[in-house]
Amino acid sequence: MKKNIDARHLLCPLPVIRLAETISTCQPKDEIEMLCNDPGVLQDIPAWCRVHGHRITAIEQNPLPIRITVLVA
Amino acid sequence: MLAAKLILEQGIVVEGLNFFTGFCVEGHTHAIRRQRAGRLKRNNALWVAEQLGIKLHIIDVVEEYKTVVLNPKHGYGAHLNPCLDCKVFMVKKAKNWMEQHGFDFIVTGEVVGQRPMSQRKETMPIVAKESGADDRLLRPLCAEHLPKTLPEREGWVDRSKLPGFSGRGRKPQIELAHSFGFKEYSQPAGGCCFLTNEHYTTKLLDLWNHKGKRDYELDDIMLLKVGRHLRPRPHFKMIIGREEGENNFLQGYRDRFTHCYPLSHKGPFALVAGEISEEDVALAAGVTARYSDAKAEERVEVHVAHLDGRSASSVVKPLLPEDILPSWYV
Repeated sequence: MKKNIDARHLLCPLPVIRLAETISTCQPKDEIEMLCNDPGVLQDIPAWCRVHGHRITAIEQNPLPIRITVLVA
Repeated sequence: MLAAKLILEQGIVVEGLNFFTGFCVEGHTHAIRRQRAGRLKRNNALWVAEQLGIKLHIIDVVEEYKTVVLNPKHGYGAHLNPCLDCKVFMVKKAKNWMEQHGFDFIVTGEVVGQRPMSQRKETMPIVAKESGADDRLLRPLCAEHLPKTLPEREGWVDRSKLPGFSGRGRKPQIELAHSFGFKEYSQPAGGCCFLTNEHYTTKLLDLWNHKGKRDYELDDIMLLKVGRHLRPRPHFKMIIGREEGENNFLQGYRDRFTHCYPLSHKGPFALVAGEISEEDVALAAGVTARYSDAKAEERVEVHVAHLDGRSASSVVKPLLPEDILPSWYV
């Protein structure tokens, strides 16, 4: 299943918190696509995914918004 | 970081908790301002978790935290920092999390005597008691100076391997960090919360005074972190972007505030908080022009858009420096 998170105009760590909340409702191998504006997500989302074992499959920065795709572990 | 590392070294599973109150100071909040773009925009708690190889749970406590800020049982520190109540609140949240997730005790990085309010020998038992954590709250960095906790009594943690730090100095902590091979560590306590910042809390008090009540929403407290805040008249305040990053951030609020920006020249994006008359519109436009690249010009075209959908552009003369009264700065 694919889910979307619109985290535009949220500052970190709120995009991370929204991602964690969404993942808690997901199954392994679900995919989540996030839209973000805060450049802090470029560090925070990959770091949070690394410590929780989820995988980033794509990050697109241009054009804005930043688009991050996460594969749920 | 050090407290968690000491417990990890004893073979115990540790997971990190980080509470988002809305008042947190972080590299990425500062990153709104492009002039600091060279600084790494990282979340320090996440960075620490990665260094330690542990999971970190970031928990949104914005709504619940309001009671701590608005009605602290133990009062405020030098500004609006309710440090002792904050500590009780967070340890209580940690205790609930611990129980829900099958963990046995809580570890914090507190050190006796390190902070004047929440980390004194007399106040540390208050945190343990009022949070309900009691003897399941272990402060490994200063365990030697405190009564034995449950994990020490049960032998889950070897107390003899824990240091006995005390006082405000950080030298022993820095030495311990080096002994673990940490070359970098996060901000010491106190600098991580806007409620300890005089400029920020002045703006928060101004917000409460003009709202007529002590209350806030997340957007209120986020906007206090950004821009130049001026109150040219008692009934309205302007938040003026200081550079491109802040202008971009403030534009995200254009649907919720009257706003102004220069059309004829480069300049700030400004939000207007409060009801403004036609006379005020001219003043707000003049203030906006004052902080544009055309502050020395005679004529600057400024666009003003109201919340009800009205909008108009007008040519104004930027205010002179002496027109911006010191009392306007919040």
